[in-house]
Amino acid sequence: MTELSKTGAAVGEPTSGRQAPEAFLEVRDLKVHFPTDDGLVKSVDGLSFSLEKGRTLAIVGESGSGKSVTSQAIMGLHRLGTRGKNVRMSGEIWLDGQELVSASPDEVRKLRGREMAMIFQDPLSAMHPYYKVGDQIVEAYRVHHKVTKKVARARAIEMLDRVGIPEPAKRVDGYPHEFSGGMRQRAMIAMALVNNPELLIADEPTTALDVTVQAQILDLIRDLQKEFGSAVIMITHDLGVVAEIADDVLVMYGGRCVERGSADEVFERPQHPYTWGLLGSMPRIDRETSERLIPVKGSPPSLINVPSGCAFHPRCPYADIPKGNVTRTVRPELEQVSTGHWSACHLSAEDRERIWTEEIAPKL
Amino acid sequence: MSETKKTDTVAEATVPKQASAPEERDVLLKVEGLTKHFPIKKGILQRQVGAVKAVDGIDFEVRKGETLGVVGESGCGKSTMGRVITRLQDPTGGKITFEGRDITRLSTGQMRPLRRDIQMIFQDPYGSLNPRHTIGSIVSAPFRLQGVEPEGGVKKEVQRLLELVGLSPEHYNRYPHEFSGGQRQRIGIARALALKPKLVVADEPVSALDVSIQAQVVNLMDDLQEELGLTYVIIAHDLSVVRHVSDRIAVMYLGKIVELADRTSLYEAPMHPYTKALMSAVPVPDTKRRGQKSERILLRGDVPSPIAPPSGCRFHTRCWKATQICQTTEPQLVELRPGQRVACHHPENFADQAPQDTVLLSVAKKASELVPDAVASGGPTGKEPVAEEAEAAEETAAAEAAEVSEKPEAAEKPEASEKAEASEKAEASDEEPVAEKESVSEKESVSEKAEAVAAEESAAEAAASGAKTGPGAKVTVAKPAAGDDSAPEEPTASAGVAADAPAEGPGDTEAVAEESARQAGSGSQESTDK
Repeated sequence: MTELSKTGAAVGEPTSGRQAPEAFLEVRDLKVHFPTDDGLVKSVDGLSFSLEKGRTLAIVGESGSGKSVTSQAIMGLHRLGTRGKNVRMSGEIWLDGQELVSASPDEVRKLRGREMAMIFQDPLSAMHPYYKVGDQIVEAYRVHHKVTKKVARARAIEMLDRVGIPEPAKRVDGYPHEFSGGMRQRAMIAMALVNNPELLIADEPTTALDVTVQAQILDLIRDLQKEFGSAVIMITHDLGVVAEIADDVLVMYGGRCVERGSADEVFERPQHPYTWGLLGSMPRIDRETSERLIPVKGSPPSLINVPSGCAFHPRCPYADIPKGNVTRTVRPELEQVSTGHWSACHLSAEDRERIWTEEIAPKL
Repeated sequence: MSETKKTDTVAEATVPKQASAPEERDVLLKVEGLTKHFPIKKGILQRQVGAVKAVDGIDFEVRKGETLGVVGESGCGKSTMGRVITRLQDPTGGKITFEGRDITRLSTGQMRPLRRDIQMIFQDPYGSLNPRHTIGSIVSAPFRLQGVEPEGGVKKEVQRLLELVGLSPEHYNRYPHEFSGGQRQRIGIARALALKPKLVVADEPVSALDVSIQAQVVNLMDDLQEELGLTYVIIAHDLSVVRHVSDRIAVMYLGKIVELADRTSLYEAPMHPYTKALMSAVPVPDTKRRGQKSERILLRGDVPSPIAPPSGCRFHTRCWKATQICQTTEPQLVELRPGQRVACHHPENFADQAPQDTVLLSVAKKASELVPDAVASGGPTGKEPVAEEAEAAEETAAAEAAEVSEKPEAAEKPEASEKAEASEKAEASDEEPVAEKESVSEKESVSEKAEAVAAEESAAEAAASGAKTGPGAKVTVAKPAAGDDSAPEEPTASAGVAADAPAEGPGDTEAVAEESARQAGSGSQESTDK
């Protein structure tokens, strides 16, 4: 809220009855549903989390778990053009004291690119192939700043230099196809950061890159975050990347959060069987693993017919432990297991502790 | 996949078919000097103006029942290699031997019977299945094409295969779009296994899948190998996956194999700097390791273009250990330790292969900024004292000599600079410092030979260049004494030195040395002006 001056005059006063939160970014009970011919796709179904400036939150999950939809909802990308008619959004997204779900598209547009920016997975399709890289960065800057092209161009060169592109004064006139994959991703980061956004959302920023380049990009994001003090949401399926960069972790399954906590907590004492499954199915380079991987059986759920009760129960090896039919009938809510560590599971704390220490941890 | 894999049983099972010599009995596929160049054509006449050297001279063999993993960054030629060894693309040169038979130049018709034995699993489970065909028709295609009538009929066999890969036999009449990515990959695997192949080449079999599904497919391939005695060549960019599935691993860089070793040696004591950098870059799902950022080696820039690969060692443009010899002489893939073949002049975790060559290139100095001190000063696992000593000697020598002579590229024409380097190298081997002589004596005969050759070469070159380049290009090499730690020799520098003196951003260890180099550089600049 300290930055209100930056975003200009009047963007969405907090609506009466709903309290603006303390946190820099707070998402409350977010639901994003898409009506289709086959039925209602519940991509995100009641998600809540908060994030402070200078922190990095990693959202982890398989494809179709709703992690990308969440980030697009925050950016207001679902409401653009005709797409806006095909989405049902509810809940609240508070960014720096402003509510975004109920804000008008114009209000969100003023924030987009300035207050919040996004890095996409595939920079080749995220950048326009017909325009020079520099021109695209200049455009992003001039949308929010009343400056001449010359000033904006200087700013673009400065940003390209900052993200480690050699000869930025020359490369600013290059086209996206003339950049290598890693360079393109750097250019996109430059574009995202040109307005010093306070929230940076990175949607699988390194998935398409080689490990050596991935290491470079993660380092860059970390350095830039330190420098600008922005909040970062990192969307990924790679737990290695999460351990590398995240302060907090949110594990999504079937459009809902199943576990949330600090990275240390989630990696040291994961509480949800799905998180165990993710950890168990990853081959690790730092361990001698002649043993078999422990995969999660079955496939991710359909978001049209999300399984009743706990959405994970058809794949969960421990679904029968809780008494009665509770895993199939009652949807578990997030419960705090320790300070700042939440998990949505019917298993009792003792059972979880036992399974983790006796069955899962030794095999990892 | 355990170390003690089914090699024995498999070998036994296939012995009757083997006609070749017993020592070659275990080798299923042998590749020698394989190259694949894609021509670049221009103009109306489509004249060839260059070539993308996707695979540029690789040698390896695949033994029966083992899994060979192939790793490398995108564009290193690993997929092309996979397609060439299965003869989906024709090699430009080299030789491919399958079960003792040369298959390099077989025609499509001649290859067809062999397709039974060599199958491929593709990366993209969406692109590799025809959307208009049912699963039954996709998986039974190999039977149709090969004219094979399996026992009990095609349909029954296909359903058995579907069950084998964990699908339901009722899926026979469904179409690919009705399946998820993981299931489609299983269909691809079922198709590849239909004719009971001997060799399966899998190109990124799991990289398009989610982690949990990835584990299912990895386990499935594992089981099938045990059940059917398959031999795999698995091409992947994910080093964690490759570690998990492979018995031996080949690391590729720009169309070449830079290191080929069994899994344990490679992951515990990688010798090629590129392997080391590659492995240090893999993120590990363990927050405790986050503090240990010092282990990470960052590589600068991207892989160079395979159209005009760098001279000498292809990795020298990004390597933190690169010296003159790396720029001029291409290292051969030599078996340094039993079962570990490496192509490097200055390997990690082992005695230096070119200790007379201690002068770091300026690119190497820049690269070494990104290398943590712990790594730079000898590597974490210096198991052999010999290797450690040699390396330590090399390190100090390098640190001292680094500032003295540099690649005189900026000042001279490229041609001239090459000659200058050569002459410098010749001198280096003449005035071999004490510290280095020690390590030389501890070296193996192989490397000594290589050295001798290199020295001869450079001497010849130097002689040839002497007249052209003149005294201006002469570069003097420092004489680092053993044990002398900090104070560098006063460099008697000349033209070549001045050229690179203002190299920016020296590494911490070199800070002092660099400072004096600058002074020396400015001094010698005057001498050049004269």
